[in-house]
Amino acid sequence: MKRQELQVAALENGTVIDHIPSAKVFEVINLLHLYSVEAPITIGYNLKSKKMGNKGIIKVADKFFSDEELNQLSVITPNVTLCVIRDFEVVEKKTVRMPDLLTGIVKCPNPKCITNNEPMKTRLHVLDKEQGILQCHYCNKEVKVENVKLV
Amino acid sequence: MENRSLVTIAQHSKEKILYLLEMAQEFEKHPNRNILNGKVVATLFFEPSTRTRLSFETAANRLGARVIGFADPKVTSGTKGETLKDTIMMVSNYADIIVMRHYLEGAAQYASEVAPVPIVNAGDGANQHPSQTMLDLYSIQKTQGTLENLNIYLVGDLKYGRTVHSLITAMQHFNPFFHFIAPDELAMPEYYKMYCKKMGIRYFETKEFNAETIADADIIYMTRVQRERFTDLMEYERVKDSYLLKEDMLFRARGNMKILHPLPRVNEIEYSIDDTKFAYYFQQAHNGLFARQALICDALGITLEDIKNDKTIIS
Repeated sequence: MKRQELQVAALENGTVIDHIPSAKVFEVINLLHLYSVEAPITIGYNLKSKKMGNKGIIKVADKFFSDEELNQLSVITPNVTLCVIRDFEVVEKKTVRMPDLLTGIVKCPNPKCITNNEPMKTRLHVLDKEQGILQCHYCNKEVKVENVKLV
Repeated sequence: MENRSLVTIAQHSKEKILYLLEMAQEFEKHPNRNILNGKVVATLFFEPSTRTRLSFETAANRLGARVIGFADPKVTSGTKGETLKDTIMMVSNYADIIVMRHYLEGAAQYASEVAPVPIVNAGDGANQHPSQTMLDLYSIQKTQGTLENLNIYLVGDLKYGRTVHSLITAMQHFNPFFHFIAPDELAMPEYYKMYCKKMGIRYFETKEFNAETIADADIIYMTRVQRERFTDLMEYERVKDSYLLKEDMLFRARGNMKILHPLPRVNEIEYSIDDTKFAYYFQQAHNGLFARQALICDALGITLEDIKNDKTIIS
C-alpha cells in the first residue's frame, strides 16, 4: 500500500499541520486565520490514519508560522504534528506546547466577566498544563481547557 | 509609569498589608487633614452601594480632596452603550484617582490596565472588594493587638460571600485557624478549601453553631444568609435561623472575642448583642474610613513617611 501522505499533494515549501482530529480542522483554519492567506492551501479531511483512524491535514504553501502562532493550537489540538518543509524536505518537526498565557484565543466562560461585556481581548493564564486548567486574568474564574470556546 | 491601582488584596505582600494598616492607624489618630488638597477623587458607582460610596467619599473629603462621580449607573452613558473603557478614559481627564464599583467581575483589573490614573477597586461583582478586606484586617488587628495565630470563625453564607473569601486570602500570611460554620447549601467552596491546604492554613468545618462550637473564637465573622441564594425556599426557612447569633450563646466566649459583620445585618445577630462588649460591627464600619484613607493615599503615591510628617493635620 502506498503511504497515506500521498493522499494529498506534496509541498515544495511551507508548513504541514498533520494529525488533526477531523472535527477540529475548521477550528484550526479559524485559529490560524488561514482564510486570509493568499498562498495555496491544501486541506485534507477524513483521511485514513494508522495512528488515529481518521484525521485531517492542512498544508500551507510558502508560509512559516511563529511558535507563538502554532502554540495557540494547543488549546484545540494538543497532539498535532507540525512539519516545516523546504525544497520538498522536512527540515523541522515540531509539537505544540501550551503557552503560559492565552491572549485573545479563548473565551472566559463566566457571563458576568468583563471580557464578555466589553470589546477587549481575553487573557487566560494556564495554571496547569498537564490537566489543562486555565484561569481568567480578569474575573479569576478557573476553567478546564476542554470546556472553553474559541473567541 | 508604575501602576499604583488596587485591584485585589492578593496583589499585596505581608509587608505591604502591615504597612497599609500602619498608615490607617495614622489616619485614625488624625483623620482630618489637607494632604489631598488640590486633588480630585472620582467615585464611579456602576452598581449602587451607598455604604461603600459614603465611606470612600468621606475618606477623600476628610483629607481635603474634592469628589466628583456618580452614585447610580442610570445617569451614565453606559446606558447609552458607552464602553467601560471610554467612561474611564473620559473621567481620567478630570480626576487624579478613580474609585470604582462595578457589577461585572474583572472590571477593576481591566480599568487599571486602560486608565492613565490609579484605580481603587470598590467591588467588582462577586470577585474582589479589597477595601472591605483592609478594614476587616484593621479591625482584627486593632481588637486583638495582632493578626498572628488567631482563631477566626466564619459563619453563614460561605459559598457566595466574597468578603470571607478575600479574608482567607489576606490572612494566609498570619497563621490563622479558621472555622467554617455554614449549612450544606452555603458551605465553603472546594476551591477555597484546596487553597487553604495548599497554603498550609488550618481549618475546621462544621454545621453546628452553638455556645460550645464558638467558645474558642477570637473573631466571629458573621455574614448574611441571603434568601435569593436558595433554590428551595423551604430550605431557606429551615436554615436561616440556625445561623442567628444569640446573646445566650456567648456565655462561654473568650474575653477578647469580637463579632464582625460586613453589614447590612438582617437577622444574623440578635439586637441585644449590640450592647455587649463582643459587638464590634459598627466600629468595624467606622474603621473603613481610615482603611480607605490609607488606600486612596497609597494609590496616589503618598507614603507612610509623608503621612507621619504631614503638616496639614487639622486640629
